[in-house]
Amino acid sequence: MTLQDAATSAKIRIRDLHKSFGEKQVLAGIDLDVAEGESLVVIGGSGTGKSVLLKCILGIMQPDRGSIQIDGQEVTGLGRRGREQVMQKFGMLFQGAALFDSLPVWENVAFGLLQAKKLGRTEARARAVETLARVGLGPDVADLSPAELSGGMQKRVGLGRAIATQPEILFFDEPTTGLDPIMADVINELIARSVRQLGATAISITHDLASARKIADRIAMLYRGKIVWQGPVGQIDDSGNPYVDQFIHGRAEGPIQLDVRAA
Amino acid sequence: MNPLAVIGRLFLGFLQAIGDLTLFAGRAVAQGVSGPWYPRTIVRQMIDIGYYSLPVVGLTAIFTGMVLALQSHTGFSRFEAQSAVATIVVLSMTRELGPVLAGLMVAGRVGASMAAEIGTMRVTEQIDALTTLSTDPFKYLVWPRLLAGLLMLPLLVLVADVIGVFGGYLVGIYKLGFGPEEYIRRTWEFLEVQDVVSGLVKAAVFGFLVALMGCYQGYHSRGGAQGVGAATTKAVVSASILILTANYVVTEIFFSR
Repeated sequence: MTLQDAATSAKIRIRDLHKSFGEKQVLAGIDLDVAEGESLVVIGGSGTGKSVLLKCILGIMQPDRGSIQIDGQEVTGLGRRGREQVMQKFGMLFQGAALFDSLPVWENVAFGLLQAKKLGRTEARARAVETLARVGLGPDVADLSPAELSGGMQKRVGLGRAIATQPEILFFDEPTTGLDPIMADVINELIARSVRQLGATAISITHDLASARKIADRIAMLYRGKIVWQGPVGQIDDSGNPYVDQFIHGRAEGPIQLDVRAA
Repeated sequence: MNPLAVIGRLFLGFLQAIGDLTLFAGRAVAQGVSGPWYPRTIVRQMIDIGYYSLPVVGLTAIFTGMVLALQSHTGFSRFEAQSAVATIVVLSMTRELGPVLAGLMVAGRVGASMAAEIGTMRVTEQIDALTTLSTDPFKYLVWPRLLAGLLMLPLLVLVADVIGVFGGYLVGIYKLGFGPEEYIRRTWEFLEVQDVVSGLVKAAVFGFLVALMGCYQGYHSRGGAQGVGAATTKAVVSASILILTANYVVTEIFFSR
């Protein structure tokens, strides 16, 4: 495959992406390709711009400069209607699950089906219960309110909401943060399985290496708004890259300088 | 720093806030009207604003009507014009105190809770989550609240008018020695349709403003629990100021006709 083919067949193609907040440059020229059906994990310390990258792709934030293409379609500067169209391809699991606390669990899971796909309530509920089973939750959870669930359970419901519309692209924002190691592993398993079952293209951001190893086909490391290394997950232990080495061994000394202020 | 520069900066900030707010309201109305509509959310908001505000607004109205009767009696009895008490009560309630007091009470009750709810949704990324589920937050969150405020406050004010007049009636009958028939006759005697209508128009404007400030401040809240608290305060204060300002403007429009 030539470079040209690789670029045109990429599900998500990002070129020269810039984003600053006032003086602080958060994304400083990101180039990234994610192939169809590939699971990419972006690693990096806190405040390196991982979340901002996802939010730019989702259109929640407008990049200052650069191009984002999804299935070859330019999505930066897309109008509201076009954006809603593109969003139908997406599912996202948020860091704090971001469940709607005014709605019961099943309506959270079925939200995309009810609103965007215009399913009837009975059918949507049945689909929601099915989806809950896929993330390991029984039908008895369906009528609870999100506030009654533990953090791990909320993550599962969030994952259910993300996959319920069978999206082509899945985003995971720090999926294991705040969970105990066992629950984290359960969530990782569920993510890996869901992505495989849907045949979806996935981007996850995390600083949890156990999680990255489990769900990634390929890993990219972000530092100071740039991709400093990317490669297959198997190569991460002998990347020969001082940034990656410092990060995976968790050393305080090395080329990575800690930023005090959040992005 | 140059004091003139400070004044200039404050003024520019003020203009920018007005511009932001206008764009926000315009976007909400344009997006909301073009649909899809969310009838369940609209009904829930209407119940919350209309039905659950009844006790607060009713209590405010009855005591206002009562005190109006007492005070106007004190004043008018000094030049033998006690018979005007019923007219004063009904005109004050319908034209002015009904809408303004109901508006202020609803700003405290509903505006604050809207700002807190939407603000919490903002800081817990629920608003971003809406976007990823192909749902426009302006259609789903803001427009139903604006519409509910616009429709329900006039109904609340109508109830407040009746309760306020009833408060005046109670004091008039049991304290000031009016006959029941006489009081009711005098209540109707000089009341015109426009008195009630102008009050209801005010109520619709106030309801829209209260919901708008609740949504606007909540939508733009930043930085966790403290940010949500600040948004709540700002929503109530700004809605109250806007109500009092708009009250003059609407009165002026009706008065000059």
